[in-house]
Amino acid sequence: MLVLTRKNGETIKIGDDIEITIVSSKNDQVKIGIKAPKTIEILRKEVYEQIQEENQQASKDISGLLVNLKSRK
Amino acid sequence: MRLNTKYHNEVEIKEEEILHFEKGIPGFPEETKFVVLPLSEDGSFSVMQSVATSELAFVIASPFGFFRSYDFKLEDSVVEEIELKSENDVVVYSILTVEDPFDKTTANLQAPVIINKANNKAKQVILIEEGYKTKHSLFGKTELHKVKG
Repeated sequence: MLVLTRKNGETIKIGDDIEITIVSSKNDQVKIGIKAPKTIEILRKEVYEQIQEENQQASKDISGLLVNLKSRK
Repeated sequence: MRLNTKYHNEVEIKEEEILHFEKGIPGFPEETKFVVLPLSEDGSFSVMQSVATSELAFVIASPFGFFRSYDFKLEDSVVEEIELKSENDVVVYSILTVEDPFDKTTANLQAPVIINKANNKAKQVILIEEGYKTKHSLFGKTELHKVKG
């Protein structure tokens, strides 16, 4: 992993069309501004991992509970 | 074509019923094709069945009947990815995590499945809006509150 040191207000450029700016940093928190093409999805990694985990749980077998669902009118 | 399914045995599906998730869904990046099969007699529950993997199926429901105030804005990246041209083409499902007992079942409101019914392109979208989580009790009386995180 490439590690760069930046100060508040300074920017990193990734390729031609992505810019990451350190908006502010205080104690152990950094506020980051991201400029990227709108086709690029930007997510907090822990949120993505949580969705992966929930999809795993949601895919478990529920055959035993199907009667509850099918009979709903 | 004939399709072996998890909960419906073998069914006949048409090519034009297949939903295309170009990048799969989180946790299942290889699963790009699903079909929606009805489950309950009242139409409120369906199954999103993988075309490639017969053992992979999710129980889904339209969230708006269960969560009246559910509301979100689609990011431009999503609109472009599934080539949405009109709001009228949008179909929304929530993936349910069915629990035993059944009334403990939850809906994932943070990551709805968005379908463009004009071209059958679909995506499980992760909302940036604060306040929607992966587990909202389907039958609980919990009100949806948008809170700043």
